Amino acid sequence: MTVATATYVGTSVPRKEDRRLITGTGTYTDDVVVTGMVHAQFVRSPHAHARIIRIDTAAAKRAPGVVAVLTGAEAAGTGTLPLFVKVPGIKQSKHFPLAADKARYAGDAVAVVVAESRAAAKAAAALVDVAYEPLPAVVDAEQALAEGAPVVHEEFGTNLAWTYPFKAGDIDKAFGEADVVVRQRIVNQRLIPNAIEPRSVVAKVDGGDLTLWSTTQIPHFVQLFVAINLGVPQNRVRVIAPEVGGGFGSKLNVYAEELVVPFLAKMIGRPVKWTEERREGYLATTHGRDMVHEAEIAAKRDGTVLGLRVRTVANMGGYLQAFAPVSATILHVFIIPGAYRLPAFDCEVRGAYTNTTPIDAYRGAGRPEAALLIERMMDRLADEIGMDPAELRRRNFVPADAFPYTTVSTLVYDSGNYEPALDRALELADYSGFAARRDEAKRRGRLRGIGLASYVEICGLAPSKANAALGVGWGGYESARIRVNPLGTVQVWTGTSPHGQGHETSWSQIVADQLGLRPDDVQVLHGDTLESPGMGVGTFGSRSLAVGGIAVHKATQRVREKVIQLAAHLLEASVDDIVFEGGKLFVKGVPERSKAFAEVVFQLYLAANLPDGMEPGLEAIVYHDPENFTYPFGTHVCEVEIDPEVGAVEIVRYSAVDDCGVQINPMIVEGQLHGGIAQAIGQALFEVAVYDANGQLLSGSMMDYHVPTAADVPTFDLGHTVTPSPVNPLGVKGIGEAGTIGATPTVVNAVVDALSPLGVKHLDMPLTAERIWRAVQQAGR
Amino acid sequence: MIAVPFDHHAPTTLAEAVALLARSPDAKVLAGGHSLIPLMKLGLAQPATLIDLWRIAALRGITRDRGGVTIGALTIHQAIADDEGCRSALGGLAEAAAAVGDLQVRARGTIGGSLAHADPASDEQAAVLAFDATLRLVGPQGERLIPAREFFRGPFDTALTPSEILAEVRLAPPGARSGSAYEKFAHPASGFAVVGVAAAVTLAEDGTVERVAIGVTGAAESPFRAAAAEKALVDSKGDAAAIAAAAGKAADGMTALSDLVASSEFRRHLVTVYARRALERALTAARM
Repeated sequence: MTVATATYVGTSVPRKEDRRLITGTGTYTDDVVVTGMVHAQFVRSPHAHARIIRIDTAAAKRAPGVVAVLTGAEAAGTGTLPLFVKVPGIKQSKHFPLAADKARYAGDAVAVVVAESRAAAKAAAALVDVAYEPLPAVVDAEQALAEGAPVVHEEFGTNLAWTYPFKAGDIDKAFGEADVVVRQRIVNQRLIPNAIEPRSVVAKVDGGDLTLWSTTQIPHFVQLFVAINLGVPQNRVRVIAPEVGGGFGSKLNVYAEELVVPFLAKMIGRPVKWTEERREGYLATTHGRDMVHEAEIAAKRDGTVLGLRVRTVANMGGYLQAFAPVSATILHVFIIPGAYRLPAFDCEVRGAYTNTTPIDAYRGAGRPEAALLIERMMDRLADEIGMDPAELRRRNFVPADAFPYTTVSTLVYDSGNYEPALDRALELADYSGFAARRDEAKRRGRLRGIGLASYVEICGLAPSKANAALGVGWGGYESARIRVNPLGTVQVWTGTSPHGQGHETSWSQIVADQLGLRPDDVQVLHGDTLESPGMGVGTFGSRSLAVGGIAVHKATQRVREKVIQLAAHLLEASVDDIVFEGGKLFVKGVPERSKAFAEVVFQLYLAANLPDGMEPGLEAIVYHDPENFTYPFGTHVCEVEIDPEVGAVEIVRYSAVDDCGVQINPMIVEGQLHGGIAQAIGQALFEVAVYDANGQLLSGSMMDYHVPTAADVPTFDLGHTVTPSPVNPLGVKGIGEAGTIGATPTVVNAVVDALSPLGVKHLDMPLTAERIWRAVQQAGR
Repeated sequence: MIAVPFDHHAPTTLAEAVALLARSPDAKVLAGGHSLIPLMKLGLAQPATLIDLWRIAALRGITRDRGGVTIGALTIHQAIADDEGCRSALGGLAEAAAAVGDLQVRARGTIGGSLAHADPASDEQAAVLAFDATLRLVGPQGERLIPAREFFRGPFDTALTPSEILAEVRLAPPGARSGSAYEKFAHPASGFAVVGVAAAVTLAEDGTVERVAIGVTGAAESPFRAAAAEKALVDSKGDAAAIAAAAGKAADGMTALSDLVASSEFRRHLVTVYARRALERALTAARM
């Protein structure tokens, strides 16, 4: 049998999703209307840290249109929120959907009101009278770990949630032999994810059946925990993630509202809807990043890196949400060495509870933090020894002939070829012509800088055994189910749960090539636990293609093989002599002895002439467990101009070369990069969640918190190299987070470079006008 | 979502609106709705009655007579930004109108709504001050004319009494050898002015500065005229040194606001920089 030819894989097939999304005909959770539906409004603590003395709901219950009021003390039936990742020694807080004893951050839900209309629920929620005893709050992670800090969870007697050490190589020798040691404190600020669609949940109970619509990246996990927590048999729980308008990790959770809303629907026997308001979301949906690193890099004067020592404190917020430790441990520590040979590495991360909104994954989830750390240190080192930053990176790259390469942090990089990506990026950016542009800008009174970053990241999460070893409480496989209908069209159910990634298009390209069909002949379905395979892990961590796409590919191969077997039987030829091309199956060398694909499929359902032992029908379910992670890489280059008088930064040029292995749909790859780079520019220049000392969120709305728009980002010059991954049959790696990982350090490096003539060595994000102006002022003194 | 119900009146004449307002002291007057509606959505304003001016055609548009230019309170920002007459004779105002929010805001938000709301960071108030505009306020006792400098009292506070409606803005375009400009450091998230400076200058025949007015918004609790800077520039040659010296005094006497985007120290600095930039362009325009 021959392999299918790639007709659609590798081409920019227009996204099937776009027509309905652009014309506004997609159905999001908040669009779901169920007869008899009532509306929930949560009552949230205004205090960051306060004991709940008493809740008086009488006035709220009497308010017009109110159906029910539920407090934390009455909500024991909702169980506790799950934690999926347990690093050694972790102190897991009990996280009730409605806090009963204490509110641990401003926004912690303490009660919920259900009413006939949303307005009535909102008005009545204001009548719930909660007597709080405010307690001193702690918002800063380092302060939370200091002696005498207010304790968020008294039962632990400390705010230290966990400690994650990693040490390999002889670190003392590395620093002992170093010609140069550079130390830097690096703050990776707290961000608010800001998916364009706020979270929303609708629950309907019909007899023993519970249907839940939710804005989630992981509908199967939501199903699992609704069943466990609420005591509903799993086969009677259906979770639907309809159109989901972005997630970036902020919908990668089992949230309190996803348990409370179905609990209420059961309790009152009517459908219940809750949709977050934007300001509410700023408090109640997980935040991202928030780490402080103390880093030291040891090197020879020729630029050879000898060792890296890192001490990190990671803010966890008031509770540990589902994946909370991941961004500071598994997806962070191990990838800090990045693209470089690093003989010795000593890292320790501590996670701290604070009176702030819980932290969890945000696009990149630990990898942008790692890339920022190592790439800032490489630039600091380059500056210290007077070497070109590109040259320093080149000298320390893992060489192309070293793959598969085992890093000091014990990862096995599947493949890589870092220099061509660097060279191509420098070429795109006209790196060698920069000095002239800088001089020209100087004549205009502008400081021009160029910065680059070479990154390696981890995708394809995850081999299930690796998950188990790392403390992740579930396998990292993905499922796919394919059904070829009697008339030859195809339906595919994927365990992934896209919310902007275009799986309907990419998956159909993979299937179409295998079966000689057009992508439009393939319907891709997702986000509904009723019809999917038993378990889908979901969409996060740039895993969907390298795990879920491969599951689809394998499932398609199974039906392809069966079709070939039947064709061989019908054409009275050996299986090895059957050629499957262009939608036809024929005998090698005798193209007139052929059957159309649809004809063979029809015979499988007619079942009148099947070989002995062949079952009728044409379906397959596959659970694909990857054999290794994949490791995309690339180099980004950014050029900025600064108006030193007021500190304003303009990105004047941006070039990037990313290698995500084989590309299924290059347009979608570029789209992922555009969005990711824009988000990175947001972190580098604009975004920061600011709390006051009492734990009040000051940057609590889009009037204060700037999410970049098209007006804030330049045109991107994108290039690619293709180093296929050897760990999966399509050679794919993943691209969803490369933008934030590559671009965040790149933009910072460019700004610091622009300011370096003034003696500036480092600045922390966001690089706001005032921060830059102050640096310029200080340099002038 | 606006959680609290309210009555909505949509009169078609100003007299009708004034009468309605007199009858309902708790009412709020609605123009383009770009300040009041967001406040209502957040529950920060909960008026029982809205008097919606949108259908009062007489309050919309830009007219000219010998006395000058009259801009109806309901004129949208974009109409001012696009108006050829404003662009040539009142450039600083047209630029301030063009700097408001984004196109959607400018297509609905009005100059009257913006001035009456008196957000300390809105753009047009700087230009209205720099052009010494006169505001016509209409109430049950009739109308009164008030200079812009007396209109702004504090954050979200103006000379309007609860029963008055701002009807129009009157400006006398400066004559020959005049120029103006608006320069703004915008809040990256909200688009409001962290600092906005409108400068209007008129030169004497010999080229010295005869009149200069500098309106500053965003920097303090109320928009203000940078009197010390004006004084420093008037009668000078308006050369680079004179501009720099004058601009350096633009923040004199000001109590600067401080927020997440700009500390008071940075704001004071920005006022001097943007005053210089506005004056430079205004003088260039005056010499053309």
